[in-house]
Amino acid sequence: MTDDYTSFRRRDLLRGVTLGSSALILSGCDAMNENATFRSALRVAEKLNQATHRTLTDRATLAPEFAISDISPVFKTNGSLTGTSTDYLAHLQNNFADWRLRIDGMVANPMDIGLKALRAMPARTQITRHDCVEGWSAIAQWQGTPLRRLLQQAQLSPRAKFIVFHCADNYGARPYYESIDVIDAFHPQTILAWGMNGETLPVKYGAPVRLRVERQLGYKHAKYVMRIEATDDLSKFHGGKGGYWEDVGDYEYYAGI
Amino acid sequence: MDAAQNMTQDVAKRHRLSTRIWHWLNAFVATILLMSGLMIFNAHPQLYWGDFGSREDYAWLQIDDTRTTGFVRIGSARVETTGVFGLSLGSNDNVRRVAFPRWATIPTGYDLAAARRWHFAFAWVFALGLTVFMLAALFNGHIRKDLHVRRAEWSAAAIWTDIKNHARLSLSPGYRLSNYNIIQKFSYIGVIFLLLPLLILTGITMSPAMNAAWPWLLDLFGGRQSARSLHFIAAFLLVLFVVAHLIMVLLSGPINGIRSMITRRHVTMSKPDHGGELP
Repeated sequence: MTDDYTSFRRRDLLRGVTLGSSALILSGCDAMNENATFRSALRVAEKLNQATHRTLTDRATLAPEFAISDISPVFKTNGSLTGTSTDYLAHLQNNFADWRLRIDGMVANPMDIGLKALRAMPARTQITRHDCVEGWSAIAQWQGTPLRRLLQQAQLSPRAKFIVFHCADNYGARPYYESIDVIDAFHPQTILAWGMNGETLPVKYGAPVRLRVERQLGYKHAKYVMRIEATDDLSKFHGGKGGYWEDVGDYEYYAGI
Repeated sequence: MDAAQNMTQDVAKRHRLSTRIWHWLNAFVATILLMSGLMIFNAHPQLYWGDFGSREDYAWLQIDDTRTTGFVRIGSARVETTGVFGLSLGSNDNVRRVAFPRWATIPTGYDLAAARRWHFAFAWVFALGLTVFMLAALFNGHIRKDLHVRRAEWSAAAIWTDIKNHARLSLSPGYRLSNYNIIQKFSYIGVIFLLLPLLILTGITMSPAMNAAWPWLLDLFGGRQSARSLHFIAAFLLVLFVVAHLIMVLLSGPINGIRSMITRRHVTMSKPDHGGELP
């Protein structure tokens, strides 16, 4: 009886100490996580990671490409499954016949280009792996127009630092948008894809065009792109952090990991 | 009184400064990496082999829920784990449908962005710490003197005796004070030169930018999703190592063991030739 009592007490004490200390560590970590100074210290690592990647890769180093036999049987759909703006829905009804991609901002030659003209330009076909920030991956073949060709045609200003992609989908209550820097914008595999696995890009994957920026994570790959804007300042767009998930979810601007 | 006089006091200098600093740094950093890693896993609680894998594909490991129960599935074997894995209680006794419970993750709540920031910042400390320790151990003789398995130690009989001693948890007699036994050598070599580098390299392999920089990593590990699986398995093995390590510390005199890892001084009151095990 006494033995049972003491062993219970001891076990209780041990559990108390274990839970207590782990609760202390956890609440400490949560408190640090909410601390602005600590958060900005962690952010230094993002810059370090990007600098390391940029040192280890040339601006044109290609992401691995795969064989047709490596393509995922079913490519997981994610994020918005259709554009939501009235403008977009009208274009969808009309099979995007009158749809025009607007390219403006810090360019000498702002332009509007239709799907037919886009598809008539020299294209790139690549079988690449799409990596979600959550951890899953899927492989597909993408066909599209290299972004650098469009930026060259629009005569991008040398002062422009970022390319912003305005999208036709609202995710939750806010419009989706994304941006990349000029180095990634001129990367050979950075394309505006209008074809997927040998077919016209389906709506759930971002029709009429979506961005592929192969050395970064999925949330950078904006779907339903309607307008491309060159800028030197991201703070004037929406939440100011350069993209929907950067604004809403505090994800890294540089999504190379 | 008589017994005490028969004992001799041995004061041994055990762990070098580089070993002691690295040990405590790792205890701290590896805990943060493990717990932030478990939060990252919560974002997609399935593992695959090969280049790709998503909810559309077969996962060899899944930690999930049926809305009312939590379970862990490995291959076709499924175990109910309600309350711990797959389904657990939150801070206000609300039901959380996540793989790992709040007491195991950093932050405690679901926050993928924050967990990634913690993980990718402390990963630098972890990787640089290992590199510096390896170089120090190479140049100060730690590897040659303490970890190097000598020819005489490669004896099946001696290794078997050592395994039996460990299995019986009988650690005190027969071990020399200054040297690691063979099982210790194997586990330390395995952790320092295989497990920790595996964790770092499989972590790097999950980065799409690093795949462009070092595509050979994908070939080495058999694709990004295989690397993710191996990263998780290696973390699990490291947890097993730490559990075994802590049991050995407790069995071989925790006060002395912890003191020697802090101050370098290891004091034994013992008859000559009867040293404790160095955890």
